[in-house]
Amino acid sequence: MNKTFLIFKHELTLAIKRAGYIILTLIVPVLALLAIGIAQLVTSLSKTPENNIMHIGYVDEPGLVDKAVDEDFTSFIPYASKENANQALTSNEISTYFIIPDNYLSSGTIQRYTLEKENTTSPATVALIKRFLSENLLKDKISPEVLHLVVSPLNLEVTRVTAQGEQAQEQKSFFNVIIPGIFALLLSLALMFGTITLVSSLGEEKESHLIEVLFSSVSIRQLLIGKLLALGLAGLLQVLVWLISTPLLLLLSSSLFGGLMSVIEIPGNFILLGLIYFILGYLLFAVLSIGVGAITPTAREGGQLSMFYVMLGFVPLWFSSLLFAFPNGTFSVILTLFPATAPVQNMLRLGVTDIPLWQILVSIGLLVLTISFGLYSSIKIFRVYMLIHGKRPGLKTIFQHLKSA
Amino acid sequence: MTAVNVNHLYKSYSGKAAVEDLTFSVNSGELLGLIGPNGAGKSTTIKILLDFMKPDSGEVRIYGESMNETLKNKIGYLPEERGLYKRLTAIDQILYFSSLKCMNHSTAVKKADQLLRQTGMLESKQKKIKDMSKGMGQIIQFIVTIIHDPQLIILDEPFSGLDPVNTEMMKKFIAQLRDEGKSVILSTHQMNQVEELCDRVLMINHGREVLYGDLLEIKNNFKEHSVLIDVAGEIGNLHGVINQKVNKGIIELDLLPETTPQSILDQLIEKEIPIHHFEIKKPSLNEIFLQLAGGNHE
Repeated sequence: MNKTFLIFKHELTLAIKRAGYIILTLIVPVLALLAIGIAQLVTSLSKTPENNIMHIGYVDEPGLVDKAVDEDFTSFIPYASKENANQALTSNEISTYFIIPDNYLSSGTIQRYTLEKENTTSPATVALIKRFLSENLLKDKISPEVLHLVVSPLNLEVTRVTAQGEQAQEQKSFFNVIIPGIFALLLSLALMFGTITLVSSLGEEKESHLIEVLFSSVSIRQLLIGKLLALGLAGLLQVLVWLISTPLLLLLSSSLFGGLMSVIEIPGNFILLGLIYFILGYLLFAVLSIGVGAITPTAREGGQLSMFYVMLGFVPLWFSSLLFAFPNGTFSVILTLFPATAPVQNMLRLGVTDIPLWQILVSIGLLVLTISFGLYSSIKIFRVYMLIHGKRPGLKTIFQHLKSA
Repeated sequence: MTAVNVNHLYKSYSGKAAVEDLTFSVNSGELLGLIGPNGAGKSTTIKILLDFMKPDSGEVRIYGESMNETLKNKIGYLPEERGLYKRLTAIDQILYFSSLKCMNHSTAVKKADQLLRQTGMLESKQKKIKDMSKGMGQIIQFIVTIIHDPQLIILDEPFSGLDPVNTEMMKKFIAQLRDEGKSVILSTHQMNQVEELCDRVLMINHGREVLYGDLLEIKNNFKEHSVLIDVAGEIGNLHGVINQKVNKGIIELDLLPETTPQSILDQLIEKEIPIHHFEIKKPSLNEIFLQLAGGNHE
């Protein structure tokens, strides 16, 4: 049997039997399930009518309000004086109250009182009070239809069209980013844990001199490729478990989030490109890990050093707000092309916009080049440093050894 | 047939020579002792032999070839430190490494059972290495080294961590391998361990050859002109003896250059002194090494 396959089989068995791997694989769906359960519990608890309605008090000094118009889930309760309103607030009959002062029409200022420690009034409360005032100020002056439009003037519907001017099959929606977003996050996690596994596995083998026994039977190339493929498949299996559990979890949570499943669209090229970026991303981080595993004397030090490039995998997630605001901005394009950020960035970006073909091709090309060069260098570095124990070499020494190897 | 041929090997680390101009060979059915103190360059030599690292200059040929994947299946290597998966059982370990040597699975299972039984480890075959003593781990490592019936066996400090009983067992195994026609390189800093096993020795210090050749010839060349006797009663004055020392009841007699051990034996018989032990004193490898390395030995 091919030795690379034997190593692949052995490493895969070791990897998927690791307690850390099993826990991580199961913890993502379990945590998601737990989150859904908690959310459902909170929702069901908050569905009691008394908890559902917000009571807001007001004191109308100029007499502008003839009759309070209750909004959905909100009841406006008039009070004759500030003292009365204050008493209602402190006895928790109302959650907040506001005073419309005599000079309101000239100043436009009202005072709000609350028991909560707030930096600023929440936008929802502001909107409720605004709507209450607008409706009362205008209700006898304009028709109810116009009044409705004054209060809610905009219901924006956007239709995406193709270059031919026809309605596009795939419409832009916030929900379209959910699946790519989830997978970008999962890819980052898989890259992180794959890297840690590979670096610690190489570190342990180096520390225990197991690597010497292995190299007396197989070549460096056979060992490293066997390991890469095994850990790559272990990562894919992990993602597969998450992938299978995601629709189930979404289905479970669909009652909670309404018809979410029906509005979620997976971008057309996402599955193919997602798979390509996942594999390339995994290989890139794996070859970097081989280099790190070779030059670091212990598994612990290797793990610490690998964190530097593992963090790069998370950069697109940290800057995701920038991506949503400017999906085709310069920063987004840089992250798209830079090999260490490209896999996660592009998976995320596919959910937000159509990535120009040239950017996809260049990013894949750069990834392939970096992986090839990384593998070549890592094997060389590994050959030089696999038997060296003790102090980690400096960059200058590594380059010198690489040149002479 | 020559199993290993090493010519003018040179290897340095950061400009400091670890191995310098080493030339030696190992024949089939021969046990070569690669001996020297810690840091002498033994492990570096072995790592170059196994192609773990490239020499700066010089040549290594195994069965007339440079190291290649097919050759690796003919070699068994036991490293200085234990190189086993701590979380795997002994049997899984043995079978995995045998598969890497292209050994058929069912043959490997039978051979593993046979070797485990011979070494008294059969009952521990389902034990994980992390739950074994250092000595038990060493025996498993030895089984991993020889299970695929290698033609060339390289053992780096094989007796490390073994108790006297297991050391003797290991020595018998090694001797048996040599008798079966295998070539064995036994590297150790414990020179007394190899005296009874090796056919030839390569003694190195600071990466350089100190001594290389047939063990008996070396010992004869370095033999001192003295005898060790254990007798009942007083020996009195013996003709041809220039000095005598007593250590734990054994008398060491230093002889004049023209005196033969036979003449001393004849005198003792003539005096009718009962003789319990009579031995021509030969220096140990350790003593030879100290004599040769002198002040250079650290």
